[in-house]
Formats: sequence, structure tokens, C-alpha cells
Amino acid sequence: MGARVDVEGVSVRYGAVTAVDDLSFSLAGDKIYGLLGRNGSGKTSLLSVVGAHRRASAGTVRIDGEPVFENGRATRRVCLVRHTGDAVGTSDRLEHALLQAATLRESWDPDRAVELMDLFELPLDAKFGELSLGKRSAFGVVLGLASRAPLTMFDEAHLGMDAPSRYKFYDALLADFAAAPRTVIVSTHLIEELAAVLEEIVIIDSGRLVLHEEVDALRSRGTSVVGEAEAVDRFVAGLTVLEQRELGRTKEAAVFGELDGARRDRARAEGLDLRPIALQDLFVHLTEPAGGAR
Amino acid sequence: MFDDRSPIYRQIAERIKADVRSGVLKADEQVMSTNQYAAFYRINPATAAKAFQQLVDEGVLYKKRGIGMFVSEQAREMLRAQGRETFFSEFVDPMVVEARSVGVPLGDVVRRIEQFENGEV
Repeated sequence: MGARVDVEGVSVRYGAVTAVDDLSFSLAGDKIYGLLGRNGSGKTSLLSVVGAHRRASAGTVRIDGEPVFENGRATRRVCLVRHTGDAVGTSDRLEHALLQAATLRESWDPDRAVELMDLFELPLDAKFGELSLGKRSAFGVVLGLASRAPLTMFDEAHLGMDAPSRYKFYDALLADFAAAPRTVIVSTHLIEELAAVLEEIVIIDSGRLVLHEEVDALRSRGTSVVGEAEAVDRFVAGLTVLEQRELGRTKEAAVFGELDGARRDRARAEGLDLRPIALQDLFVHLTEPAGGAR
Repeated sequence: MFDDRSPIYRQIAERIKADVRSGVLKADEQVMSTNQYAAFYRINPATAAKAFQQLVDEGVLYKKRGIGMFVSEQAREMLRAQGRETFFSEFVDPMVVEARSVGVPLGDVVRRIEQFENGEV
């Protein structure tokens, strides 16, 4: 069973810098979630608080209703894998790190761990410090998946992996999820590859929530409107405009929100061209500071 | 495998419908399970489930509890009938517009269709 996560008014401040700014959202659980944001948007700080690695400057994170910080019962249900692999010492042999993980967690699946070590071609007797960046990331993925923790989080954990290894990660994640649903959060700034694997995404920017939505629904939410400038302006009045560009008398406006049949008919009557916006581009528009009216 | 500009569940549903229409998937044939579909196409199982649910709601597929999903008896004829309804507006009208814009006389278009039908092209 996956864990429910409630983030309630969480802020993380480092001196004068605010990394997470009064952020609130809830994840019902038993889904694969994506946490998206550009570099420096606050993803790592947020996950550190959710994983109880750090105390929030303000606000609370609850796992299945219980505050997570300094609460052993809640933290045992949580596994946070960071891309730096900081949980493992550089001189540790991988098999020792696995044994350590096994003693820390009741939910640990030793057979799955061995399978995954094999899948990612990780030798049990290798020292963590001798691994390449990609192999370190893969080992982090093994620790996360084999933890079978009700809340498993990967903080850019797959970043250093090459494409074949990343696909192995997605396949292993889907297989584990099919066998036993749990709550998984994967943070990334590379949405293109991961999007199809996710059910919902939370997008943050400058430590604030931009949106929390079903990924697949988002694929029909962005529309590019192209045509004669004045006609475009009339059409987009009252809509959420993410970006506008002009070339001579032609204008393109990126709008956010589902357009109903009546609006589409109107666009056709006005001679405007409507095109769906690809998810990656929508993500760029939504997290661009110069995006305009957000 | 899927494009990024429309919901994947709709693309899955369209693909299964196309397979039913063309006869690749036959009446009472079992379709892949949600998890098989998710693993094969590397997509979230909830997305696959949504597509299957839509096809059940539309009467293209039916569920057998504990076994899986199957193609409905009447699915092919139903989809073909739906296709006939929109055939002219979706395929013929745009073709006429295109023929006009590049200057192909409609008589030539009709001749070509007849040749195609007779196996001459």
C-alpha cells in the first residue's frame, strides 16, 4: 500500500534565500508522481523535507497523516534516493550497503535487490567510490526500488544514467508498480522521456506550486493560436496566455486551458490556426519567468 | 510510439479501434491487460486503464471478471458505421479542397478513383 503525502505550508530558507515558499499540495498515493521544475526551483529542498532529511523552516509534511520529521514510524515508510548517493560511503562495498539497507527496513526485498543488481550490471563486491556516475545512479535506483517503501522518492536519481539504463529504470519501476502499487515520486527537469511513465505531475517554480495535474490531461491543455494579430488578440482575450510572439502582422499566442467546441469553431471562422503544444514546450512556457500572465 | 500533443489514452483507444475496424483484432478476441500494455509501451498503467475504460463505455470492448477484456461482437460493424458517417467530411471534402487549390479538375479525380477501383493503378 502506498503512502499518502500532505505538504502543508512548507517553507525552506537558507539564510536570506527562500528555496521553498509556503508550498501546499496533497498526493493521495498509490501513483507514480513526477516533481518537475527547472534547476534551482526547490525540488531537492522539498524532497529533503518530505524525506525528513531536513526540518522545514515553516509548515509540516504528513505521511499517512503523521508529521514526518523526527518520527521513526513515519520515516520507516519513506525512502529518499538522492542523485549524489550520499547515503553510501565511498569505501563501502555494494553488498554491505545492501545488507545495511536490509537491516534498516522491514519492507526490504533482498531477492529483488539481487535481480536489479544483475539488471544494472553492478558487481556486489565493487566499492561505491569506484563506480562511474551512471553506475552510482543505478545503485541508487536499486536501493530505492528494492526498499519497497510505501513512499519511494528518486531525486534526479536517474540523471547520470545513459539512455539504455534509464529505460531499464522505467521498465523496472513499472514492473514493480504493477506487482505492488506504492507511492513513487520522481523529480526531474527532463519531462520528455519520463512523462508517459507518470500519472500526475507537480510543477514547482521558485519554490512555489505552478500546477498539480494528471499528466495525460495536460497534453490537451496547451494550444498555440496563430493568425492575423488583431484576430489573435480578440480570440485570446480572457484566456491564460503563456507567451506571445509577433512576426509582421502575424501573431502566435500560447494559451493554457482546454478550448471547447464553440471556441474552436470561432477560431475557424476567424481564420485562426490552432495547434496543440507539446508537453515539453508547455513545461517551458509554464516555468519561464518571462512567460507573462501566469 | 505516441506523440506528445494529445492525451496518450486517446491515442491508445484510437489504435485499438483501428485494429478492430481493420479486422486485426477479431470479435471475442482478448486484448492485452492494462499492465501488459503499460509494460510494452512503457506508459503508466492508469493511462492504459483509462483507454480501456473508454472502449468499454463505448461498447468496443467488454470485461470478463478476473479474466480480462475482449472485443465485443458488434464492435467492428459499429466502428465501420461510425467511420461511414464521417467519411465524406473527413476525407472527401478536404481532398476536393486540395484538388482545387493545386488545380486538378474534379473529373480527373473521379477518373483516378475509377482506375484505382478497377486495379489499373
